[in-house]
Amino acid sequence: MKRTTLTLLIISIFISVTAQTKKPVAKKPAAKASTASAAVTPTVMARGKVVYNMYCISCHQPDGGGVPSMNAPIVKTKQVLGSKPALINIILKGMSGVDIEGESYSNVMPAHAFLTNQQIADVLTYVRNNFGNKASGVTVAEVAAVRNKK
Amino acid sequence: MKLRIKSLEYKTKLSRVLAGTALFTLIALQSNAQTAGLTMPAGFKASIVADTTGRPRHIAITKKGDIYVKLFRKVKEKGLLMLQDKDGDGKYETKTAFGDYIGTGLYLKDNYLYASSDEAVFRYKLDANEHVINPNKPDTLVKGLVSRKQHETKSLVLDNNGNIYVNIGAPSNSCQIKDRQMGSLGQPDCPILETAGGIWQFKIDKFNQSYPEGVRYATGLRNVMGLDWNQQNNTLFVMQHGRDQLTMFPELFDSKLNAELPAECMYMIKYGDNAGWPYIYFDPFQKKKILAPEYGGDGKKEGDSKFIDPVVAFPAHMAPNGLLFYTGNMFPEKYKNGAFVAFHGSWNRSPEPQKGFMVAFVPFKNGKPSGEWEVFADGFAGSPEKAAAGRPDHKPCGLAMGPDGSLYVTDDAKGAIYKISFNK
Repeated sequence: MKRTTLTLLIISIFISVTAQTKKPVAKKPAAKASTASAAVTPTVMARGKVVYNMYCISCHQPDGGGVPSMNAPIVKTKQVLGSKPALINIILKGMSGVDIEGESYSNVMPAHAFLTNQQIADVLTYVRNNFGNKASGVTVAEVAAVRNKK
Repeated sequence: MKLRIKSLEYKTKLSRVLAGTALFTLIALQSNAQTAGLTMPAGFKASIVADTTGRPRHIAITKKGDIYVKLFRKVKEKGLLMLQDKDGDGKYETKTAFGDYIGTGLYLKDNYLYASSDEAVFRYKLDANEHVINPNKPDTLVKGLVSRKQHETKSLVLDNNGNIYVNIGAPSNSCQIKDRQMGSLGQPDCPILETAGGIWQFKIDKFNQSYPEGVRYATGLRNVMGLDWNQQNNTLFVMQHGRDQLTMFPELFDSKLNAELPAECMYMIKYGDNAGWPYIYFDPFQKKKILAPEYGGDGKKEGDSKFIDPVVAFPAHMAPNGLLFYTGNMFPEKYKNGAFVAFHGSWNRSPEPQKGFMVAFVPFKNGKPSGEWEVFADGFAGSPEKAAAGRPDHKPCGLAMGPDGSLYVTDDAKGAIYKISFNK
């Protein structure tokens, strides 16, 4: 009995120590976030969360589940996990009247072209890697390419 | 020896505790069975009398206790249900579907059933048992009403003079040039109000009416879902869904202010009234009609005094979906002629905790509120955490009174139909 407790304690200490030592390693790519790499780093995620809480949370909700019949969910939908240029366009131009998995949503998603390319890259990376989503990050260059196309 | 006595004491205590716990659990289970998980004033009981699919919205009940339900989503390609309890066990096991359109509005009066799609109003003749005679061929009373996704549902009620009142919700949050866009200003002389954002009056015995035949009875109402005719003062009362997202003007309103503004308002409506949407909103703390930020408001400037005042101001964003004046005799005297309001629950309070998911009561005397509003039936959400997260189990929507005076509440999330009764 005691031995198991001790073993568990040692394991948990080991895990927490490795977790702690891992953190600085993970931070490294953050410096490159605004360049070509689409790294999903804690820094990018933290910046994305700030944008989400400011402009997105009231409709899409804290859990990303949206509001039934009114505001679209952003949990594992093809819009969120699919083509990045199409997703960037939803932010830049808005969206309305699109059914998601057979359900319709009555409210419009307004255009958010006033956000900077950095803010859009951050918030999309955050959304694509939160609420149970897992997908590559979005870079400033990718947002700029879509915005400049017109 | 000492030890043994102690252990004996301990055992007795333990068994008492266990017995107590068992008793408590039993009482809790029993009371839960008698309230269907709801909390209500003493003497009230509740049960779920039907489970349906298709997200039941408004509801009407015949003199013999059969239930009509309007559905928000089709079931077997149909949008209306009649529910019957043929074996008399209190559960409505028999379901008959008809009507090939979805919608919200439903009303039963003088041997006709009135139901709405999102563009039209239909009428079904009933037989002596108040059953629909020809479910496939209703009369089309009204058609061609504005329905552009947002606030598309058409709630309805009748007066005692051959008129039907139909809500035409504004397909917009606040009549901005760009709907729900950060900082977008309001359209001057909001053109939406010509064909929506108000209550229209039509005749109950004329077919194929539309805007030219109807009367814009009241305007400046963003979207009304709950409405009822007060038989005491022969007047229309409505519950408005107040505007969302004051945070689109972040220099004036933060998310905390947005969560509490504006009030969800009950209005008494007379012909020609203007409740002020999109130009004003009602601030329940200042108790004033405040100029909307889209029209130059700053959270303090008052709007035009020509707009009517609400008769009751409820907390913000709780989404009143049903209104019913109680004319029955089953409930205690204080409920007679008072108003029940079904709150569907908020979403626009986020990131603050969500609210609503309950049925409120307002006492009335001679057609006027005679006291403060109170929570009547709560607990639809399943837990305070589910309510706060805006992820409730059940969402109250439609209200109706049964022939014995019991109150029926629909839930358009899981499809439960609650019956609330009082035992003297």
